[in-house]
Amino acid sequence: MKRLILALIVLLAGVLPARAIDIQTIDVPGVGTAWLVENHSLPIIAIQAAFRDAGTAQDPQAKEGTATFVAGLLNEGAGDMDAAAFQQRLEELAIEMSFSAERDESFAFMRTLTENRNEAFRLLGLALTRPRFDADAIERVRKQLFAAVAQAEQTPSAVAAKRWYAAAFAGHPYARPKEGDAASLKAITRDDLSAFAASHFARGSLVIAIVGDVTPEEAKALMAGAFGALPEKATPTPVAEVKASPPAGIEVVARPIPQSTIVFGHAGIKRDDPDWYAALVMNYTLGGGGFSSRLVNEVREKRGLAYYVYTIFAPFDHAGIMLGSVGTQNERAAESMAIIGTEITKLRDQGATEAELALAKKYLTGSYPLSFASSGKIAGELVALQLDGFAPDFVAKRNAYIEAVTLADVNRVAKRLLAPENLHWVVVGAPDGVTSTVPAKK
Amino acid sequence: MLVFKAVKVWAAIILLACLAGASPAAAAGVEVKTYTLKNGVELLVLPDHRAPVVTHMVWYRVGSADEPEGLSGVAHFFEHLMFKRTKRLKDGEFSKIVAENGGQHNAFTSYDQTAYYQSIAADRLPLMMKLEADRMVNLNLKPKDIATERDVIIEERRMRVENNPSALIGEQMMAMLFMAHPYGTPVIGWKSEMEALSYDAVMDVYRQFYSPANAIVIIAGDVEPDAVRQLAEKTYGRNRGPKAEPRQRRAEPPALAARRVVMEDSRVRQPEWERVYLAPSYRAGESKHAPALSVLAQLLGGGPTSRLYRRLVVDDQTAADAGAYYSGTMYDLGQFGVYAMPAPDSDPARVRQSLAAAEASVDAALAELLQNGVEAAELERAKRRLRADEIYARDNLMTLAQAFGRALTAGLTIEDVLGWPDRIMAVTAEDVRAAAQAVLRPEGSVTGLLLPKAEATKP
Repeated sequence: MKRLILALIVLLAGVLPARAIDIQTIDVPGVGTAWLVENHSLPIIAIQAAFRDAGTAQDPQAKEGTATFVAGLLNEGAGDMDAAAFQQRLEELAIEMSFSAERDESFAFMRTLTENRNEAFRLLGLALTRPRFDADAIERVRKQLFAAVAQAEQTPSAVAAKRWYAAAFAGHPYARPKEGDAASLKAITRDDLSAFAASHFARGSLVIAIVGDVTPEEAKALMAGAFGALPEKATPTPVAEVKASPPAGIEVVARPIPQSTIVFGHAGIKRDDPDWYAALVMNYTLGGGGFSSRLVNEVREKRGLAYYVYTIFAPFDHAGIMLGSVGTQNERAAESMAIIGTEITKLRDQGATEAELALAKKYLTGSYPLSFASSGKIAGELVALQLDGFAPDFVAKRNAYIEAVTLADVNRVAKRLLAPENLHWVVVGAPDGVTSTVPAKK
Repeated sequence: MLVFKAVKVWAAIILLACLAGASPAAAAGVEVKTYTLKNGVELLVLPDHRAPVVTHMVWYRVGSADEPEGLSGVAHFFEHLMFKRTKRLKDGEFSKIVAENGGQHNAFTSYDQTAYYQSIAADRLPLMMKLEADRMVNLNLKPKDIATERDVIIEERRMRVENNPSALIGEQMMAMLFMAHPYGTPVIGWKSEMEALSYDAVMDVYRQFYSPANAIVIIAGDVEPDAVRQLAEKTYGRNRGPKAEPRQRRAEPPALAARRVVMEDSRVRQPEWERVYLAPSYRAGESKHAPALSVLAQLLGGGPTSRLYRRLVVDDQTAADAGAYYSGTMYDLGQFGVYAMPAPDSDPARVRQSLAAAEASVDAALAELLQNGVEAAELERAKRRLRADEIYARDNLMTLAQAFGRALTAGLTIEDVLGWPDRIMAVTAEDVRAAAQAVLRPEGSVTGLLLPKAEATKP
C-alpha cells in the first residue's frame, strides 16, 4: 500500500494552516487500486465509482438513452431481491444509492451510516453485478424516461443545450441527447439493457474513491466484496476523436416564452491540453468568475440584461468545448448577444490585464480547498482526478500549475481558443430582431 | 428509479439558494456554541475540523412575508442591493474581495428569512466578518444604483417563473391557499409590483430590518468558538441599531372550501397534478402535529418505498412519479403537499383522463391511510430514514448551518433543532394518524392541474 500525505497548499499571502488531506491508495484484492480518505469524525462512509467508456456515447445507434436507462434500473432489483425488496432494504438502513450516466462514464454513488456498511456494500455489489432488469421495472423506468424527455422539452435551457450539442457534434455520439427521445426509448429492449451492463461494467474500467469512517483494511474487504464479481474487461465501442464544429451562426427555436434562453459556444480543449490551466484562468476573466467576470459585469451589472451569464470550458474524453449561456427578455436578446460577442472579441484581440490575471489566480487557488468540504465532494473530486489520469499528489501540485500561468499565456490562449466568428448560438424563445442564419440539425 | 433532476415542490421556491434546507434537522451529536452579543446579535458556532474551510452566514429575520402590502419582491430586491457600495467599499468591491480571497459567496431570500453567506479558507473568516458587519449598517445605496438591478430581478422572475408553466401554476396555487396571509405572495414578487419598486421602498427594508438585534450569525467549520466570539465582538459587536420589532403578518381566515386550479398552457409537455394542504408548522397552528407530519411526508411520499409511489407508480400505474412533502419550518402556517406526474401526452383530453386517474389513486391512498392508519414497519423505516438524514446533514457545513438558520429565523430555538431527532423518534402510529386527520381535509386544500392547451402543436 502506498501512502501519501498531501498538503492542501493555498498559495495566498498570509498564514494558512497547511492542513493535510491524506489520500491513501489501497490495493483491493481482485479489483485494483482505490483512493481512500479516512475520517472518523462522523459515522458516515461515502463512495463514488465510475466506469470509463460506459457513458451515453456508448448508446447503440437508434437506442439512444440506453446508458441512462440502465442507470435508472440498477436500484430496481438485483440478485434474489426484486425492486420492492431491494428498495425496502435500502430504505430500512437509510442507504443512499444512485446511478447516473454522463457522456463518457457511468457513475455510482453511495452513502451509508457506518453501522450498515457491510449490507450497503453488498447491495451496491449486487446492483452492479447482478441487476435483474425485471419486465415491470423496465416499463416503470421507461415511463420515467418519457417523462424526463417531456420535461426537458418544456425546459428552455435543456432545449437550447440539446440543439447546441446536436449542431456541434453532428454524426458523432456526443450529438445525441443523454436521455434519448421517445422513439429510441421505445426501441430499447431488455436484451439491450443487460448487454450494455455486461459489456461496460468491468473491473478494468473501474475508478473508485471512498471517504469517511472506514479503515484501509475494512475498505479493501468491503470493496473486494462489492466489485470482485465484476468481469475483468469491458468491451466498449470505440468512440472517435472529434472536434466540436457547429456551423457559425444563429439557430432560433421558436417558443412562446418571455425570456430568450441562449446557449452559445464553439470548440474548446481537452483536459490534457498543455493550455488547460491558462484556459481556466482566461475563462475566469471572461465568464467563469461569477460576479467577477467581464460578461457578468457588462451584461448584468452595467445593463441589467440578465440574471445569469457564464462561460465554461468543458472537457470530454474525445473533444473539448467552450460553452456559454444567458437569459434575456425577448426585446433585448439581440443586445445581450452583441455584447457577449464584443467581449469575447475584445478579450481575444486585446487580452486581459495584470489585475484580472491576479484576481483569477487568487480565486482559483484560494478556493481549491472548498472542493474538499464534504465526504461527497471529496469522493467526487478524487474520482474526477483519477478519470483524468492524475496521481494523488496532484492535489498538492495543482495550485502551482495555476500560479505558473502568465499574462502572456492568457493572452496567447485567448487568441488560440476564442473565435467569436465561429460561435454557434441557439436562441430558444421569441427574440426580437434575431433570425436563424443556420439550419437546425435533426 | 430514475432520479428526476428537478424534484418539484411548488410551494417553496427559495430564491438564489443552492440548497434546499432539510427539516429543522441537526442533532444530538452536533456541537454548537451560542452567544448573544450586547447589541442583540445571536452568534452560533459549529466547529468542524475536517477541512481548513469555513461557512459564514448572516441571517436576517426578514422575508417576503414581512413586506408591506403592494411592495412584493422588495425583500429579495434589497438582498441583491446589499452587494452594492457601502461607506467603505465601492460598488463591486465586496464580491472582488471575497473572490481574491478564494471565497464563494451568495445570498438568498425566502418567506421568513434573508441570508448572506461565504464559503472560504478558515483563516479568511475575520475579513468576511468585517465585510458582513460593515454592510449590516453602512450600506451606501444611491437612487441611481437601483434601476439596472431591478431589471436583473425581473429577468430572474422571467427565468424562474414566467418561462416555466410549472412555476406559474405553483404561484396561482399558493395565492389560492393563503387567502390573506402573505405566504400567498411569491417571494420574488408579482411583476407589476416589482417594476414599481422604488429607492425609498428598499431603504425602508434596510432601516427596519437590518440591525444587530434582527441578525443571526452562524459560523460552521474549522474554527475555535472562543476566538470566533472575540472576532464577533470586534466586528458585529460594534454595530448599533434599534430593537427588533415583533413580526406582524395578517392572520389566515378559516379555510372552508376545497379549491381547484386548472391551468392549460401550450408549452406544457409533461402534465402535473399536485395538491397542497394548509398545515401547522413547527411554530404555528397545532404545532404538536409537526413531527408526525415530517414522518407522514416520508412514509407517504419519500422515495420508491413510499405509499404514493407504490400505489401510483408500481400498482395502479397512473403516474411516472409521485411523492409528498412537508414544509414545516415556517414562522406561520406550513404546507403539506402530495403530487403525481402522469405519463406525458400532448392530447388535452387524454391528459385530463390521466390526471383524473392519478388523482383517484392519490385519494384512495389517502383514504386508506386515514381509515387504517400506518403500519409499524413503515413507521420505523420512515423514522430511521429521517434520523439518518440528520446525520448526513452534518457532512456538509452549508447544510448544517442552513438547518439552524432556517429554524431560528422561523421562530424556533436551538433547543428545538437539537431536540428534533428525539421528537421524530417518539412519533407513534397514532400521532401520524391524528396529524393526517387534522391536515388532510379537502376544505383546507388547493388542487392544481397543469395540462397542455388544446391548440398545442406537436413538436
